[in-house]
Parts: sequence; structure tokens; C-alpha cells
Amino acid sequence: MSVVARFEIRYTQFLDPQGNVVAPLPEFARVPQDLVALYRWMVLMRAYDAKAIALQRTGQINTFASLLGHEAFNAGIASAMAEDDVFLMTYRENGVQLMRGVALRELFLYWGGDERGSDYAGPRRDFPICITIAAHAPHAVGVAYAMKLRRERRAAVCALGDGATSKGDFYEAINAAGAWKLPVVFAVSNNQWAISVPRAKQSAAQTLAQKAIAAGIECSQVDGNDVIAVRSAMDEALERARAGAGPTLIEALTYRLSDHTTADDATRYRNPDEVAEAWKRDPIVRLRAHLTASGAWDKAAEDALLKDCNGQVQAAAQEYLDTPPPPPAQMFDHLYARLPAALARQRAAALGDG
Amino acid sequence: MALITLVEAINLALKREMEHDPAVVVLGEDVGVDGGVFRATAGLIERYGAERVIDTPLAEGLIAGMSIGMAVEGLKPVAEVQFSGFGYTTIDQVLNHAGRMRHRTQGRLSCPLVLRMPCGAGIHAPEHHSESPEAMFAHIPGIRVVYPSSPRRAYGLLLAAIRDPDPVVFLEPTRLYRLFKEEIADDGKALALDACHTTREGADVTVVAWGAMVHESLAAADALAEQGVSAEVLDIATLKPLDMDTILASVARTGRCVVVTEAARTCSFASEIAAGLAEEGLLSLLAPVQRVTGYDVVVPLPRLEQRNMPDKGRIVDAVKKALAFG
Repeated sequence: MSVVARFEIRYTQFLDPQGNVVAPLPEFARVPQDLVALYRWMVLMRAYDAKAIALQRTGQINTFASLLGHEAFNAGIASAMAEDDVFLMTYRENGVQLMRGVALRELFLYWGGDERGSDYAGPRRDFPICITIAAHAPHAVGVAYAMKLRRERRAAVCALGDGATSKGDFYEAINAAGAWKLPVVFAVSNNQWAISVPRAKQSAAQTLAQKAIAAGIECSQVDGNDVIAVRSAMDEALERARAGAGPTLIEALTYRLSDHTTADDATRYRNPDEVAEAWKRDPIVRLRAHLTASGAWDKAAEDALLKDCNGQVQAAAQEYLDTPPPPPAQMFDHLYARLPAALARQRAAALGDG
Repeated sequence: MALITLVEAINLALKREMEHDPAVVVLGEDVGVDGGVFRATAGLIERYGAERVIDTPLAEGLIAGMSIGMAVEGLKPVAEVQFSGFGYTTIDQVLNHAGRMRHRTQGRLSCPLVLRMPCGAGIHAPEHHSESPEAMFAHIPGIRVVYPSSPRRAYGLLLAAIRDPDPVVFLEPTRLYRLFKEEIADDGKALALDACHTTREGADVTVVAWGAMVHESLAAADALAEQGVSAEVLDIATLKPLDMDTILASVARTGRCVVVTEAARTCSFASEIAAGLAEEGLLSLLAPVQRVTGYDVVVPLPRLEQRNMPDKGRIVDAVKKALAFG
């Protein structure tokens, strides 16, 4: 018997939970202003998240999926992507959307139950939020195929959760992306919980990253609460994609600090001690510690930032609340490029003029 | 003009669109080097290369899903699902994503793809190779469901489907792939979607069908003519959205209607047409609408498949029943 193949999974971390630098920083992370910019986005995400939950609890938006704890994952992805790349997302990547130009008001509109929230002025080629788990992974393959066919230096980035890696769509997608060496990055936020099912029950695989090995594509694991690690892995993966070297799967280890959604109560299935431990790895706290230690941040800056973020989300929430509901015709008017005659009759009946 | 079969007409339409529109790509299992298990894509890879004529890994959900990604990103994918019995896993993508993309982005993104599926029984194929899933697809908002019944219709409707800005599920009757030929001028003229075709005019009864059942209905009409009964045969061609007006106008003249499908009876598309007639055409009807359908059984294996599929005899019997009413 002989060994025909061996594999290893790399793990990357630059900042430990206390904000100490544990590995030589990549170029971008040596410029304090750039890290401060990422920090500002992450704090805005958290302010947005808190406001969205408040709006839901007071009946002003519908079920909301919090991104609490996922700020580094979101900021790392968005800061690495180029404007003309295409992002395909789940419901926990509102932070990426924000950084790519989707307005806060549009995010509230989406969660408020209004399709116009996915018709943003921002990244016009990005896909709408995919609720059905992993179904957008094959979409990313198609997007990347189109980019490769046209010889573009663009890439598709597909964000998924740990639960998604159990689905056939995920395997079919990474397999095909590898076979065609497509410019696509699969970024998995392993937040340890798929609603109530913990990571250990999801798969016997030691890492989720290693699922990429079966598909013959590059992979690595990163500390998903370390924005520098996420960004650095995304930079490398996107460079590989643009150079024609094929797809990458990144497993970002993080933790869902919130309930699955506002319709969930995680205390039914999750040990509070585990959650308390996870808070010690908060992505925002560690970046702030690092920035403070390096002299790029102080309490005055923090106070000003919080005030600014809260002001932004308040104003956006008000804008959303002031937006009149869509006319009933909206149900029909964008279903087809041209409204079929059979549907025109239903539309007229629904509007009361049929 | 060339005298060609239905499957050759599909091939001709694919060639034409690939030639004239560089955004058109063909993908599926064995569609490239092999030219498709039914030869529908024969010769395409030689002419347009492996980048545009794509042999995919063996995964139907992927084929449908990546077609959505391609379509949103500006290509015009024409995907083949090898047999419709393997196409049920595509329903998630068609229902949850293809049919919704335009709506849920309020027109920001669109999904102009064609999902071709060989359908229907009658070719002595193994299990899962003789399915008739048209009603399942017709239930899905935001898509078109097209089902040609002859080489000429296949050519014109496939051109229309590829050029259409929205997703189209294009069902192809395997039984008719090579059953007969028609003269086709490769003139690039698309047929109208969303329209029924009056395939044979008649005065006494309207027989409504699609796919291979149009052929069977025409045979029944021939037999009925010998007995002095004049049957009009409508080919639905586009099941969704349905051109009910043409059916209603025909039944207004004939007063009787028989709807034929080889799919299982319950919730079949024949039921939809019968319901439409009950709602809007009741006063035209001189007899109850007759449905001639497959039974509510698992599509039988070849030794019994002919006993499940409606044939000329069952259609003639249903027409006679309608004529005898009252």
C-alpha cells in the first residue's frame, strides 16, 4: 500500500482575542487609517444590527437575522472585493452590502417586507439575499463561468454558513468550480450553529475547509473574528481567482452571538456559558484594543464614532418608516419583462379595476 | 428548406442562436463531445467550442443553478436536463430563484435562461425516463412553460424561448423526436410564445392537447372525420402563460371540448383548462368537458406504458361521449 495524496489545512490569525499581534501583519494592516476605516464599518454594522432588532421588537420590521459577531467576516469580505465583483449572500451579510454601497434605508426596507429593498442603487450586479440555504452556490458558479468566458478579471464571492456545507448544492458548486477553475471564492462563516444544530452534529469532518479538498480547490481556515485574517485570506483568494488560478474555500471560525433570527430563542438549545465565552472573542473589541495600543484610536474617537453611527441608523430607520408601502401592482409588474395577457387580467382584478 | 425531424429542428435552432448571439451557451450532461444522448446538441461543440458548449459535471441542480448565475450575469444559457425524470431536483432552482429573480429585485436583475427537458412516455425507456412534469412547472410563477408538438413548432418556439427575456422551461416530446419530418426554412423566424395554435380546424368538438398528445389527437381527428365528425385540434404550445382566449373562442364555436394529456390526472394541466372552461365558457358548452389523461399511477415501465398513455381510441371515445351528451 502507498500514500497517493496528503493534505493539510492552514489556519490564519493575526490578532488574538486581546488584540495582540500574533503574526507578521499583511501590508494593508500596517496602515492604521485603513484599519480604522474597517473598524468604523464594523461599529456601524453593530449599530445597524441593534437598531434592526429594536425595530423588530417594536413591530416596525419583520423577522430579522442578526449579524452580531459576524462583523469581521463581513468587513473582511467587503474590503477585499472590487466594485465590479459580484457578491452572492445569505441573510447574515448585510454588513458586506453596506460596505458595497447598499443604503441602510434599503436594508431596513428589505427586512420591513418590501422587495424594493433588493433594488438598491448600490452594487447593481450583486445578487439578492438567498434565503434557501446554499442554493446560491451554483449561481456563483454560473456568474464566475460568465466572467471567465468573457476573459474578465472579475470574481464572484459567495458567502455561506456552516449549515450550508451539508447541502448538495454546496458540493455540486465547489466541485464544478474546481473542474472549470473558475474565479469564485466561497467564504463560509462557521458560526457554530445552524439554528439549533451545533457544528459537531453538522458533520464529522474535522474542518469545514477540508471539504474543498475533495473538490480539488484551494482552502484554508481563518479566525473569522479577526478582520485582518479574513481580509488577508480574501485578498489571496481573489488574487488567485483573477490570475486564473481557480476557486478557493475559506472557512472563517466565528460565533453567532445572537439568536438565529428574532423569531428564535437560542436559550432553548444553547449553554449561556458558551455564549459568554464567545463574547470574549468579540471581533470589535479585539480590533479596538489593537488600534488603541497602536495609538490610532482613543476614547474621544470612540465616542464620536458611536454618536455618528447611531445618528446614521436613526435617520435611516426614520427614512424607512416614512417610505409608503408599495402599490399592490408591485406583485405583478416585475414578474415578467412584459406582463402576459393572462396575468394582466389577474392584475386588473387585484387592483379592483377588472 | 430541409426536411427534418423534431430533434433536428431543436439542433437547427440552437445552431442558429449560437451563430447569431455570442451570449448563447449550451450546457448539460453529455451535450458536448457526445452531442447529447438524443443528439439534440450534435455538432455544436465542433463549431462553437467547449467554452460555449459545456459538458457539466453530473448534477442537475447545479445545471439549473449555474444557468441562473449565467443568465443574471448576461449570458443566455440553454441548459439540457437529460430526461425530465432527472429534472425534479431543478424545481428548487426554478421555483425559488429563476422565477423570482426579476420580481425580487424589482427588475434590477433578470434571468433569461432556457431549461430543455426531454419528456413523456412511449419510447420504451427505463424508469424515470418517461415523466410528464409539465403541470408542476406550470404552477411556478415568473416562468414560461413551452411544449412543442412538431419540428416546425420546435424550431420556432425554441428560437422564441432563447430570445425571451425571462426563464423558459422547454419540454420536448421524446416520442416525436424522430417520428416524422417537416420542411423547415432556417429563416430565424420565431413563433409567438403565449399563444395556442389551431393545428386543425373543425366544427363539432375542440380537442386540446400539447406535446406528443397533439399527434395522437390529430390521428383521432382523422378517425373521427371518417365517421363524419369534424374535430378542431388546438396545440397549446405555451402552457404558461396560457392563451385561454383561443380555447374559449374555439369552444364557443364547437360547444364541446376534450382535453388530452399523458400526465397523471389529478392536478394535471388538463384540469386547469377544464376549470377555465367551467369558469368562463360554461354557456358555450353543450356537454361536460372530457379529460383524457394518464391514470394516477406511477408511469408504467415499457411493457405497460401504452396502457397508460391516451391514444387515438381513448380520444375518439371521449369525443363520442361528449357528442352523445344531452
